[in-house]
Amino acid sequence: MAYLELKHVTKRFGTVVANDDVSLCVERGQIHALLGENGAGKSTLMNILYGLYAPTEGEVWLDGQRLDIRDPKQAIAAGIGMVHQHFMLIPALTVIENVMLGYKEISRFRLNLHQAAQRFTALAEKFNMPISPWEKVEDLTIGQQQRLEILKALFRNSKLLILDEPTAVLTPQETATLFELLRQLTADGLTIIFITHKLGEVMDICDQCTVLRQGRVAAANLAISDIHSHEELAALMVGRSIDLVTHKTEARPGKPVLEVRDLRYTDQENVSRLNGLSFQVRAGEIVGVAGVDGNGQSELVRCITGLLKPESGAVALEGVDVTGRRPKEILEHGVAHIPEDRYKMAMVKELSINENLILMSYDKEPYSKHGILQWKEITRLNEALCQKYEVKTPGVHELAGRLSGGNQQKFVVGRELDRAAKLIIAVYPDRGLDIGTTKYIQSRLVEERDRGAAVLLLSTELDEILELSDTVLVLYQGRIMARLPQKDAKRETVGLLMAGVQDDETAGKEGETIC
Amino acid sequence: MKGRQPQLQSGRLFDKVYFPAMSICASFLIAGIVFALLGFDPVTAFGGLLSGSLGSLSAWGETLNKAVPVALTGLSYAIAQRCGVVNLGAEGQVYIGALCAVLAGTELEMPAPLHIPVTLLAAFLGGALFGTLPAVMKNRFGASELITTIMFNYVALYFVHYMIAGPIKDLDSGSNFAQSKQMLESAQLPRLLAGTRLHAGLIVAAAALVFYQFFLFHTTRGYEMRVIGLNRTTGECAGMNPRTNTLLSMFLAGGFAGLGGACELMGVQLRIMENAFNGFGFDGVAVALLGGNAAGGIALSSLLFGALKSGATKMQMRSGVPTATIYMLQGLIILFVVGKRLFDYRRLHKKPRRHPAKEDV
Repeated sequence: MAYLELKHVTKRFGTVVANDDVSLCVERGQIHALLGENGAGKSTLMNILYGLYAPTEGEVWLDGQRLDIRDPKQAIAAGIGMVHQHFMLIPALTVIENVMLGYKEISRFRLNLHQAAQRFTALAEKFNMPISPWEKVEDLTIGQQQRLEILKALFRNSKLLILDEPTAVLTPQETATLFELLRQLTADGLTIIFITHKLGEVMDICDQCTVLRQGRVAAANLAISDIHSHEELAALMVGRSIDLVTHKTEARPGKPVLEVRDLRYTDQENVSRLNGLSFQVRAGEIVGVAGVDGNGQSELVRCITGLLKPESGAVALEGVDVTGRRPKEILEHGVAHIPEDRYKMAMVKELSINENLILMSYDKEPYSKHGILQWKEITRLNEALCQKYEVKTPGVHELAGRLSGGNQQKFVVGRELDRAAKLIIAVYPDRGLDIGTTKYIQSRLVEERDRGAAVLLLSTELDEILELSDTVLVLYQGRIMARLPQKDAKRETVGLLMAGVQDDETAGKEGETIC
Repeated sequence: MKGRQPQLQSGRLFDKVYFPAMSICASFLIAGIVFALLGFDPVTAFGGLLSGSLGSLSAWGETLNKAVPVALTGLSYAIAQRCGVVNLGAEGQVYIGALCAVLAGTELEMPAPLHIPVTLLAAFLGGALFGTLPAVMKNRFGASELITTIMFNYVALYFVHYMIAGPIKDLDSGSNFAQSKQMLESAQLPRLLAGTRLHAGLIVAAAALVFYQFFLFHTTRGYEMRVIGLNRTTGECAGMNPRTNTLLSMFLAGGFAGLGGACELMGVQLRIMENAFNGFGFDGVAVALLGGNAAGGIALSSLLFGALKSGATKMQMRSGVPTATIYMLQGLIILFVVGKRLFDYRRLHKKPRRHPAKEDV
């Protein structure tokens, strides 16, 4: 008898079927991977389990009992805990305050934090997670915050943990620590549902997996030991065989396109975000910047694109100093920018795809003449662009916000790459995207490199950096820890550098190569 | 307009009509109940309202005349809103527009075909420049336009009161009221239709509506404004300048409101008296809200507001319901527009998404 059983769950949103007769069986004490591309219905299914959605049809059985979960409170009471990809923590509060937030198991009016803290500490020690209950959450590292989220669920006596892409924000070392913890938890009798896009992790840590494709179950309860290659899993998810290697020839770099010299930036809270960065990106090469999110990536990009004025230092494009110029002027120099957060920085959800696609070129012919937009011409060009970049949409007049995340990213990438830019800055270009789209975007970036563009790639996905970059820079606390050619950039070395650990060997290399 | 951007998908068009229509119906229903409770006959009252506003040619003329200034102040709120700026200063911009129109219309002398456009231009520029003041303060000091536009209303109101009580007070008419001189014949808007008081302000408002639509959806500037209004950061990443756009949107907003004041002055009131232009600005906010900041919507909702105003007297005559209840009706409409989820038919079938963290459906 399986511990958790979802029986024939169907969820319709209007005419859209997000889950179509999905059944899921999870054994007690196992780590069960839930795989699928974006839009396959993983999140909908988990939201049903966690009480955020009511299923249109179907039943949820937990530990032999039928559950009727109407909201997360009932899910928590039934022993279901969920760790979201974006942590649900309040940074300004302490650890224990966050743990107690919304927790009603205590006496109604008095909040005894000390008593709770004792229980919390005992729990943390049991699982070897030394977090002080009195520390402020904003002072914790991302990895610690995630462990806190897990502890929070355990504190509420969760027996079933849902982890939604838990490794997306972690360094390789932090991921290893997390996996160790997960093994410990399952040994203790917990059951874990693990949502991820990363096939390597599935092979590493999961016992079984269920693959969803277009809202249906494509494969149920596969034992991981029976799967022999990543390709096999990927094919199940995508529905066709897929080449996981991005093919790329030796780079033939030309003259420098982007030069950054001794860039410094201190933010409004007086935290110094960039501490004297210097590097260059040449035409026809991909320079990858590895680093844990929040180590100066967005400040670096903003300084280059003119959204922030650096405190000191210089940014030059093809030898022209553009430091502190306005974004418009920098764009006109042939810079394309795929920003870190497409909703905030690259698209307008409320406007049509047509209107979104002209965002960078609306003031140029043939898109407009004498300040008047030429909609006929725009529509014609954009329809071609959507086709070229495989954007799936009913038409260019569809609202951008109605597309799936993958298709939104595709049109943003299409818009930026179609301008034949000299410098392409791609920040987390495939964050949250499925394998098919990721591979597509990666190969497009390589094509742009081969065309002669200089590509600056920032990513928290170490694998992506290592695979695509001709040169790897490691960013840590606003400093470049090392500059490594692709062949020398080993996972372990880069992982340590990302965490700020610098051994003598790499330190020597830095000395040699940083100009 | 050829090659026009299909702005509304069928579903969205339905939403845009459905919610305002439901709001209006619900407001009339509630107003009717209130009338009944107060002992009036709602059928007679609304019958009077209808015949007073649309029952005859001259009633139509009144309705359109009353619609003109609120259509323009509606545009004033709407164009700022499209750029993400809240303009609550149309009240003051109307006064400044009217003041400039009075100056141009009483101090200058020229033939009507020239005098009318010059007067309108003066009003537009006066309102526009006055409207840019809060925008400058927003750009320079980060002062919230929500506050400054409201405060500037008082500046404008009392400045105009000072002007008509002193510097431009009408001394010739012999009355001791604080009022300006009457507009010269050549600066008065001509009547459009015999047997009605319908004046050429209708043409001004219609032209402004067409301009609004064309500017926003067919020019690069209007496009920039909409992008900035919907997502400022995206606009900045695309190299647009939010400050310039804020300035321009408030310039146009002030200009529209100024024209609204001028039309009312040149077509109806002919001179400025104390508090004579009160309420037009805030009615414009209501008109824009009800009309969903769209040109067509603003045209229709300004007609509704015009009809309410023009039919109110006949309503009172026939049924005894005081004209002031019209304000209650207007207020109800706005309440329902703002609280439109009350009528959300889809809520019955679909739970709202409470968890926006993932777009994965």
